[in-house]
Amino acid sequence: MGREPAALLTPALRWARTQLFNNVFNSLLTLLVLYVLARSLPGLVEWTVVKASLFAPDDRVCAAAGGACWSFIRDWFRFIVFGRYPYAEQWRPALALLIFVALLLLSFSQRLTARALGLSWIGGLAAVLLLMRGGVLGMPVVETELWNGVVLALLLAAGGLGGGFPLALLLALGRRSTLPAVRWLSVAYIEVARGVPFIAWLFLGLIVMPLFLPPGVSIPKLWRAEIVFTLFIAAYLAEVVRGGLQAMPRGQYEAADALGLGYVQRMRLVILPQALAITIPAQVNTFIGAFKDTTLISIIGLFDPLQDANTALNDPAWRLAYVEGYVFIAAFYFVFCYFMSLYSRRLERQLAPGRA
Amino acid sequence: MAEAPAHAMIELRHVHKWFGAHHVLRDVSCTVGRGERVVVCGPSGSGKSTMIRCINRLEEHDQGQILVDGIELTADIRQIEAIRREVGMVFQQFNLFPHLTVLENLTLAPIWVRRMPRREAEDLAMLYLERVRIPEQAQKYPGQLSGGQQQRVAIARALCMKPQIMLFDEPTSALDPEMIKEVLDVMVELAQSGMTMVCVTHEMAFAREVADMMLFMDQGEIVESAPPETFFTAPKSERTRAFLSQILSH
Amino acid sequence: MSSVDSPARSAAPARLAFLHDERLRGIAFQIAVVALVAALFLYLGANVIDNLRRQGIATGFDFLRREASFAIGLALIPFSPADSYARALLVGFLNTLLVAALGILLATVLGFCIGVARLSRNWLVSRLALVYVEVMRNTPLLLQIFVWWDLLRIDAPQPRAAWQPLPHVYISNRGIYFPVPVYDPLFLWMLAAAGCGIAGALLLRRWATRRQALTGRPLPAGWLAAAAIVLPPIAVFFAGGAPHLLDLPQVTRFDFTGGESVTFEFAALLLALGVYTAAFIGEIVRAGILAVRRGQVEAAEALGLRRGQTLRFVVLPQAIRVIVPPLTSEYLNLTKNSSLAVAIGFPDLFSVGGTIANQTGQVLDVTSILVAVYLSLSLLTSLAMNLYNRRTALVER
Repeated sequence: MGREPAALLTPALRWARTQLFNNVFNSLLTLLVLYVLARSLPGLVEWTVVKASLFAPDDRVCAAAGGACWSFIRDWFRFIVFGRYPYAEQWRPALALLIFVALLLLSFSQRLTARALGLSWIGGLAAVLLLMRGGVLGMPVVETELWNGVVLALLLAAGGLGGGFPLALLLALGRRSTLPAVRWLSVAYIEVARGVPFIAWLFLGLIVMPLFLPPGVSIPKLWRAEIVFTLFIAAYLAEVVRGGLQAMPRGQYEAADALGLGYVQRMRLVILPQALAITIPAQVNTFIGAFKDTTLISIIGLFDPLQDANTALNDPAWRLAYVEGYVFIAAFYFVFCYFMSLYSRRLERQLAPGRA
Repeated sequence: MAEAPAHAMIELRHVHKWFGAHHVLRDVSCTVGRGERVVVCGPSGSGKSTMIRCINRLEEHDQGQILVDGIELTADIRQIEAIRREVGMVFQQFNLFPHLTVLENLTLAPIWVRRMPRREAEDLAMLYLERVRIPEQAQKYPGQLSGGQQQRVAIARALCMKPQIMLFDEPTSALDPEMIKEVLDVMVELAQSGMTMVCVTHEMAFAREVADMMLFMDQGEIVESAPPETFFTAPKSERTRAFLSQILSH
Repeated sequence: MSSVDSPARSAAPARLAFLHDERLRGIAFQIAVVALVAALFLYLGANVIDNLRRQGIATGFDFLRREASFAIGLALIPFSPADSYARALLVGFLNTLLVAALGILLATVLGFCIGVARLSRNWLVSRLALVYVEVMRNTPLLLQIFVWWDLLRIDAPQPRAAWQPLPHVYISNRGIYFPVPVYDPLFLWMLAAAGCGIAGALLLRRWATRRQALTGRPLPAGWLAAAAIVLPPIAVFFAGGAPHLLDLPQVTRFDFTGGESVTFEFAALLLALGVYTAAFIGEIVRAGILAVRRGQVEAAEALGLRRGQTLRFVVLPQAIRVIVPPLTSEYLNLTKNSSLAVAIGFPDLFSVGGTIANQTGQVLDVTSILVAVYLSLSLLTSLAMNLYNRRTALVER
């Protein structure tokens, strides 16, 4: 008795039998799902591809064709991605975008040492800032107000993470400190930063920050947002690093002490390298969250891709194309975040096999 | 040495099992009589754990027949449940329920599977806790006990179901050396009380003392089966000799 | 050391010893840090006071008593433009709580279903659930809010051709109309009957447990208890003549009468929050169930426990421990995310606060109130969770 050995059934049939139809309940469920899919998929494919218009002049023509209005995207593509950056100079944010992608791919490939990677990121960000601002090499200066679209979102997220890192380290170490004053200050910072919605901090940053500055000193909106991002992400990163520190076995601390290392040396040479390494997946997740949060700047009047799309939708010719616009933006964020989370999960498996 | 028993407690007939393409049990056949103590040994990956886990359907065999106390093991859930009530199992990792006290660990199955009244189940549990010599730990949680104590609780938990057969899957492999003895003592006592046992283990001294039959498995087959006297002194197969020389040199 | 050390020599080590004293160094360091932070605060504070004076912006919380002079679309307590700002904030706060509570309900139910679906052995079901989770988690929440909002706003038809997802629920360009209960004295009797039913169910449960302890035979107390709670009110309802209990919305030419309505803003926010958070909750549930080691299930099965019993006595108690902390985190996130209402004009606490800040110009004061409220919610939740963790932690050596 027992089942027939694997070799007798063809692989496909065997798979279907165990995965889809292995008992009555599952078979019914499978049939139900297949029915729903059969009803909805053809219509979806029709709308998205078959009847979609790529070259229609406005949304009424699209509606007449009965399909998606991808011509809206074609029309407004450059605006959604680059915002109000001067048309002739848009090769610069495009190049900046490529630099970002290259940096990310470099990080994923895990071919560089941590130091080399850190230096490349710093170099890359510097190059991006130079490109966007101009003023050198014959490139006309472009004010930060016009740094819109995808590059803005990447700049805020990456800058926030990079800038927030040192502060996060201090906060994490501070929270684990035995000195009460230091510990309470760290706890207070982290809890307050995390306990209030991010949009409230953004509002504060934009509207209230000028009040904190001496008269005559003003910071452009972009940098105000960057400061808020940095301070906010630092709190989340601090918790991530703290998790890593807590996961370090006591023996590591003891061995470092036995060798006569002082506090700073112990942290720098033994504890932090390990703690940071094992929390990389969580750090990547923090970056993904920060990147998604950049959409919130659309509420305070900064032009990320979402705000660009909303502006584009004000064009009377395309008012009804909001689904296509949002789908486009959603696809962009999805592709970006999904691949980053795949990477993060791959890292997790590498670092903690059997636990993931 | 046991004579051919009237009614075989466990019978495996030409059992095969595959994990994907890996043929993990090859034509395994053996018989265990009532009151017989069988020790299974072999290198890792030989299929010995898989074999005994097939006996209480923790793994499903693909071909062949398995009979426990005359009941055939098939996909029929009622037969599986009936067999599991009669077969007790002790795991390498103890697998005690960490959120229940020791006493609750022992009374869970008698109350909910055998429908025993609570008072009766608790009395039974205390009886077995005394038998494994840790009655004072009844109200503690598994996390508060040492490894040896936890494994003894696991044995008591299995015994509370009053099984006819006890299966042991490398019960001492996860223990520190000084705790192995206390667990083995309990197992020896159990064997002497007449329990039918199938035990996968590397503890050869224990095997010599307790076993009626030794099985050596390698690469999914039963290579040799013999009573301990002949098994240890005059193994027939070359593979058995090689394995024994490795194990016994410590 | 030998006794020929000159007194001068031995004085120096004593001073250095002071510097290296662990405790003293610690105290000195703390003083330095506190001084630094205090200096920063003082500097910023001075700037603030200066700027406020310079720009003629008022401070203080007196403005809370002033008249609001704006209306609020959704108010759970009576509110008119003549009421105070303080009352407006209260209305906003109640709205936040309402959206959060309903959102948490929706997200939890949906999330648990998704989590279980992810673990299903049916390949189609688990893959579809995976697609859902990945899509929802990797697209920004604000985007999802806009999608729901525009779908409702722009495509909703005329009342005559309204969508009807459920009987008597109408979605049209006038909003979402649904039936509401109409007060009838019979309600009180039904409530009383339900109360008796609950009491009876509890007694039944106690009796069933005792019976099992004595004789070992379990009773299907669950079903009987459910019947005890549900049947009496129904009986009372019919005995009372089965009056109309619901106020149903009726279509008129361009509008609806009867029933109750909610705005698209409310619906969009609620749906987006629920659907988005459900994806995260699904993963939490899945992780919780997977966290229970396989060995536990095997041990339970080896003892003869059936699947349902294994789930109930072994898997779920351990899974719940793993699930609750991150689950509470997600609830808190949902509550904080409800502040995105400001993007679509739903009058939650943050929106109302923003309006008040605009009108009075006292941004700092309003913001501090908002920060205080949200912070209190966060801290309360953290506290509750710590208590829960301590009470249910597995006892170890």
